[in-house]
Amino acid sequence: MAERQYTKTHEWITVDGKTATVGITDFAQAQLGDVVFLDLPKPGRKVTRGEAFGVVESVKAASDLFAPVSGTVASVNDKLSTNPELVNSDPYGDGWIMKVEISGEAPTDLMDEGAYKKAAEESAH
Amino acid sequence: MPNRTPLYDRHVALGGRMVDFGGWELPQQYTSIRDEHLAVRKVAGLFDISHMGRLDVIGPQAEAFLQHVLTGDVASVKPGHAQYNLMCQDDGGVIDDLVIYRRDADDFLVVVNAANREKDVAWLREHLPKGTTLTDRTLEVALVAFQGPRAPELLPPRSSDTEPIPYFGFAPGQVAGVGALISRTGYTGEDGFELFVDAEHIGEVWDAILEHGRPSGALPAGLGARDATRLEAALRLYGNDMDETVNPYEAGLGWTVKLDKGDFFGRDALVKVKQEGPRRRLVGLTMKPGDIPRHGTGVSKDGKKVGAVTSGTHSFFLGHPIALALVEGPSFPVGQTLAVDVRGREAPAEVVKLPFYRGSARHN
Repeated sequence: MAERQYTKTHEWITVDGKTATVGITDFAQAQLGDVVFLDLPKPGRKVTRGEAFGVVESVKAASDLFAPVSGTVASVNDKLSTNPELVNSDPYGDGWIMKVEISGEAPTDLMDEGAYKKAAEESAH
Repeated sequence: MPNRTPLYDRHVALGGRMVDFGGWELPQQYTSIRDEHLAVRKVAGLFDISHMGRLDVIGPQAEAFLQHVLTGDVASVKPGHAQYNLMCQDDGGVIDDLVIYRRDADDFLVVVNAANREKDVAWLREHLPKGTTLTDRTLEVALVAFQGPRAPELLPPRSSDTEPIPYFGFAPGQVAGVGALISRTGYTGEDGFELFVDAEHIGEVWDAILEHGRPSGALPAGLGARDATRLEAALRLYGNDMDETVNPYEAGLGWTVKLDKGDFFGRDALVKVKQEGPRRRLVGLTMKPGDIPRHGTGVSKDGKKVGAVTSGTHSFFLGHPIALALVEGPSFPVGQTLAVDVRGREAPAEVVKLPFYRGSARHN
């Protein structure tokens, strides 16, 4: 299993060859509260690193999802349309959000778990 | 520094995600808003509502005083009964919504919103007649709400028989062997109780209710579940659905205004509103799953802005989003389609009859 990496905007990514799996972090799901809906791109759509690719609606608020990599959406997690709470209950497993076919080089400037935990703790102050 | 209720340590121990609400540190949720919400609807949920302001109004002029500052007919409230009421400015704008409990002919308990407590106390003191006292008991008396269709049967052992207490009635008694004022009132649409207990003993009552209720599915419930259940029951939230710029008729609370009871603050203005018809009204909206209406977002009809969402959420219990919106216009019949701004696009919203859900509360 590829090592999980993290963004400042609380997404995670694992890279297997040219395919990246993307979700939101446990910290993010806890901050959002119960997720009730995800507005996600269709397979085939291009996503750009650092730009919003979808929206997650929780009981509290709507929040943008940011792409950790550039590429083409290979698939989105269909289970989330009927069970959006998987993002809360299993954010790193069944609550994954999309798979992206990476274009160009895989990103190298993401955070590892230790660095992300530190950043998340600081943002939670 | 926000206030803490006597149950603060228990909320933290139960994993409560603490947030500032009206100047009080309270749990948004313990585990999941969904689970807590469904527990209230199907079994029972236990809420700490000790942040609510509790005021004693006592004296020979207490009834006349409350008649003068509130919109409802206080004289019609018999001892042992409670009444939902509004306090209005001279221009008819709502200062607060509150519940009065008549303990005796000259003895009232008034429960007000936490965020309005100081404002309310100042307003009441300004008009308080000689010989009538107003005492803020908020910090001495704790208040919890045990709400749900099974709440009555799930009260712990050594509790009073609550069967004789009618909806919006109350009686002194015991819960788990601790003295309590047991009131059959609430903010969820469900049957159940609000329990006034001395601050120093509330922990015992809280623990006993949870210990006895948990095997049947009762849960501690936070502000998230409280907001969702009150919205399904279309119970207004002060500061969202109404404030000093909204009058009772606009808020759909004209039934609390008794224009024929004699003079009171706001009466002249409210007579006029009633004659002319309110300029705006609060309507209920339902939307498609995923289109979640948020407080403050615009509502339009045929491309023209007519108002804004005052409260909105996804209802886990009903399975779709619901909202209250304050809209301008002569009428918004049930079945009509309006549009609500959702993430920058116009999403359809159907006007529906309120409440969205009628729970197990025993309505008269």
